[in-house]
Amino acid sequence: MKALVIAAHGSHLNAESSTPTFAHADTIRAAGVFDEVREAFWKEEPSFREVIRTLESDEVYVVPLFISEGYFTEQVIPRELRLAGWDVADWDSDGLSATHVTLTSEDTGKTVHYCGPVGTHESMTDVIIRRAESVTGDPEVGPDFGLAVVGHGTERNANSAKAIHYHADRIRDSGRFTEVEALFMDEEPEVDDVTDFFESEDIVVVPLFIADGFHTQEDIPEDMGLTDDYRTGYDVPATVDGHRIWYSGAVGTERLMADVILERAADAGAPVGDAVETVREATRAVGGGQ
Amino acid sequence: MTEPHRAALREAAADGVSCDGLVVSQNENGYTFETPATRHEGLSKEAFDAVAADHPWLVSNWDYWQSLDDPARRAFLRDLEGADGTSVATRYETLSDGLSTEWGELHITAAITETGERTYRVCHVTDAGVNAETLASYTDPLDARDIAKRDADGRYRPLKTAPTLAGGWEFVSLSGRDLLRTVDFFYPATVANWYRERESELDVTHFRETAERQTGIYDIIDELPVEAVEWVAEACCVDSQCLKRREWDEDAETPLSVPRGEGEFPCREPCSLVVAAARKWTKLEQESEQTYELTLTESEFEQLGELVEAVSEGRVAEIREADVYDGANRYRARYLRAKRLTDGRFER
Repeated sequence: MKALVIAAHGSHLNAESSTPTFAHADTIRAAGVFDEVREAFWKEEPSFREVIRTLESDEVYVVPLFISEGYFTEQVIPRELRLAGWDVADWDSDGLSATHVTLTSEDTGKTVHYCGPVGTHESMTDVIIRRAESVTGDPEVGPDFGLAVVGHGTERNANSAKAIHYHADRIRDSGRFTEVEALFMDEEPEVDDVTDFFESEDIVVVPLFIADGFHTQEDIPEDMGLTDDYRTGYDVPATVDGHRIWYSGAVGTERLMADVILERAADAGAPVGDAVETVREATRAVGGGQ
Repeated sequence: MTEPHRAALREAAADGVSCDGLVVSQNENGYTFETPATRHEGLSKEAFDAVAADHPWLVSNWDYWQSLDDPARRAFLRDLEGADGTSVATRYETLSDGLSTEWGELHITAAITETGERTYRVCHVTDAGVNAETLASYTDPLDARDIAKRDADGRYRPLKTAPTLAGGWEFVSLSGRDLLRTVDFFYPATVANWYRERESELDVTHFRETAERQTGIYDIIDELPVEAVEWVAEACCVDSQCLKRREWDEDAETPLSVPRGEGEFPCREPCSLVVAAARKWTKLEQESEQTYELTLTESEFEQLGELVEAVSEGRVAEIREADVYDGANRYRARYLRAKRLTDGRFER
């Protein structure tokens, strides 16, 4: 038997933090290519520490539902899963290129294919574009539109910004959008000044975050001037400095994220068959975010 | 029992079958079919099927248990029907009426259909005697995630084993495997850890080891003194707060004096909520103690204790609006604040 574990952060305080994780797990369950699909969390249950023992399967694919390589993917998850002999060097990554490594979980003896995070997979680029389609309701969105890919940004983890630039560059190179920029909350160039970076009247803003929460629902909308008080909400699109801002909320809530999880497992050798295509089709409905 | 069950049993005979009093084998003389009461040897294929047809419960019982490989799942389901202490005949008679067990706040009923299939129902323990028509009925284990997410007042339950599971629902017509999925969504990993404990293989990680494993913002919790670990356990890990039975201590040589709890399933290490709370308490314990001089009446001093008690026991919402005899009554608290506090702080 083969199992898929989606390893996410979760929250002690926010009931909805786990909602996208559950939704993506359900999409993959429906595809029927794994004998078991289970969600696991740092802050909720089952914990990373105990999820493997809840599975019947002897072979487990673990996909971190995180945006970038860093503290959680390199230290916390492998440690808590008790992956014997884990060494981040085995990923041989430049900060974006981790695919997978196969190890044994010490407490269960099961084989764990430990995958790179969803956020750095190339198909994540498609999710950002799908998010732009969802928020505008236009499957052809791109011409005459600017697209801002927004990251947290932090001086402590250079990989955080790398993932943002990686996807922004790929979308820019595709030529689909008239303008593409990588912006950040905590470092330059800042999302506060989003309208300074675009000539296009319409700007889609997609935060590269896994779940909606404090940053995506409160900070970023207020910082961009979509609203003075997040509690009163904001319009989509909202007009700021003569631009129409189409703010999408966390990209991780887009249903197509399930595809990235599957592709991560497939890259690690999971026999997913045609499930990638099935999931891409099943999640195609515009406005399909949760 | 159906013909395919008999055929499967016959095919399994070559490797030998032994299940709850049914023993089946095959040699050059034919098949052997043995029950607690009878023994048939040298059976042809047709004779074997005829004998098997006379023992439908033994055959369907074998078919069910042979479909469950995972030892923890199998042990849990067998425990639900007391399988290791009663005969198949007695069990099937009992199961025809349903046999119930509690697992935390879950009331689980195992039953058997007229065709010999196991079926399971789960509801909240407080709903065990309630007319099922008044309960929301589910058949998909995934729905347990939503039910477990919030308590009866709609508040988020970050700890799945908190004794605050809301009622008003039932899961019906579950297979054994789906029952276990349902239980695992309500109480993750409890069956796995219960089984490990039963097999004397529970891998307990004590507080000190858990603390030393932490990194990042939780790195500091290994500075928490042992007497404070006692207070952590008393605050978070007693039956009124969590249904798990605490099996971890300060370390293997230093047991905590706080009662471990009466729960069915063990707690094998401090959970993420305890770790997060321990971080806050580690910081608070680093403050030096001071002596304060407050001016309070005897009753006001007593009232401080009543306020702490009421909050600690989650009793605040129960205190009646006009019950000014209770020190934690809202008007009493507001009066104390008006008289003794300025900007949320006691005057001193």
